[in-house]
Amino acid sequence: MFVVIVGAGKVGLNVARSLTHMGHEFIVIEQRRSRYDLLQAELEERLLFGDGTEMWVLEEAGIVRCDLVVAVTGDDEDNVVIAQLAKLEYSVPKVVARVNNPRNQATFDLLDVDATVCAAAMMISMIQHELPSHQFVPLLSLKRENMELVEIEVSADSPSAHLAVEDIRLPDGVLVTAILRQGTALLARGSEVLLPGDQVLCLLAPGREKDLIRSFLPSRRPEDVQAQASIDTIGE
Amino acid sequence: MYVIIVGCGRVGSSMARQLVSEGHDVVVVDEDPSSFRLLGDGFPGQCIVGAALDWDVLREAGIEGADAFAAATDGDNTNIVCALIAWRRFEVPCAIARVYDPLRARVFARLGLQTVCPTDQARVMMMDAVHACPKSATGE
Repeated sequence: MFVVIVGAGKVGLNVARSLTHMGHEFIVIEQRRSRYDLLQAELEERLLFGDGTEMWVLEEAGIVRCDLVVAVTGDDEDNVVIAQLAKLEYSVPKVVARVNNPRNQATFDLLDVDATVCAAAMMISMIQHELPSHQFVPLLSLKRENMELVEIEVSADSPSAHLAVEDIRLPDGVLVTAILRQGTALLARGSEVLLPGDQVLCLLAPGREKDLIRSFLPSRRPEDVQAQASIDTIGE
Repeated sequence: MYVIIVGCGRVGSSMARQLVSEGHDVVVVDEDPSSFRLLGDGFPGQCIVGAALDWDVLREAGIEGADAFAAATDGDNTNIVCALIAWRRFEVPCAIARVYDPLRARVFARLGLQTVCPTDQARVMMMDAVHACPKSATGE
C-alpha cells in the first residue's frame, strides 16, 4: 500500500513509523521548516517539504497513485480541504482525517469525509466510560461501514436483565458482543446471563441507538440519555 | 440584502462599508476584535468575534436568513470551508470564497462553489497592461 500523510506532527510521525513496521510505502508532507529539519535524518526521502493543501505538492508526493491519504495537520480547515481534494480531484480510494476540535466534526460529516479521528472526542468517551453515571457511551463510529460500537448499562428493570444472551430480544440491527462486569470483559456467548449493572458492548447500525436504549434502560427517555452522552459539538 | 462577511481585512472591511452605504444589512465576523477598527467609527453593521468554521458563530451571525456570504479571511482553506458550510448546510443562495491559489480556486469552482481568485485576476490585468505597452522601434 502507498500512503500520503499530510502533517508530520506527533500523529503523522507515529503513523509513518507504524507504516514502516507494517512494511507499507509512504511519504509525509510537512510545511514547518523546523519540524522538517528535525525529522529529515529519520525519514530521509520519505519526507517532503511543502504545504500539503497545495495541489502541486500533493502531486509531487504521488497522490495520483496512492491508496490512502491521511490528513493529520493541526488545522481542521486544512484537513477538510486535503480530504476534499483527495476524494474529488484525485479519486483516492480512502481518506482518513484528524478532527482537532470536536466542534468541527459536523463539518467533516457535512462534506462526506468518510473516516475521521478526534482525539478530544475519544478522550471524552473514555472518561464517560470510567464514570458510573454514564449509562450510555458511544465508543466508536465506522461511518463508511455503517457500524457503531456503544457501551450501555443493563438496568434492573430492563427486560433483558437475568436473561441469557441467547434469550434476550434485541432490536433489529443490534448485536451484543461483550459484557463488562466488575472490571472484566466477558465474551457475550449465548449462555452468558446479563445481570443488572452490567455494561454491554453492542454493535449496531447508526440510528438504532434509541431502540437499544429502550431495550436496556426502559425507564429513561432515549433523548435524555443521548443528550448526556453527546460531546459539546454542533452536530444536528 | 442581508450579507455576512467573514474576515475583516482590507477586502472584507471595505466591502462591509460599501454595502452599508448602499443600504444593505451587514454582519462582519472575525477572530480578532482589533480588526474591526478597519471599519471606521460609527459602523452601523454588526460585528461578531469568532471562528467562521463554528456553526454556532455562523448562526449567531444570522446565516439562516442570509442572502449572501463572502469569505475573505487571509486563509484560502478557511474561506473554502466556511463558504462550503454556508452553501451546503445553510443554503445561502450566494456563498463566495476568496481563494488566492488558482488551482484550488478552479477545483472548488468546478464543484459549484463561487470563488474569486485575485491571483488569476491580477495575472489577466497585468498581461493586458503588458500587451498594451507601446512597442519600441526594435521590438517585435
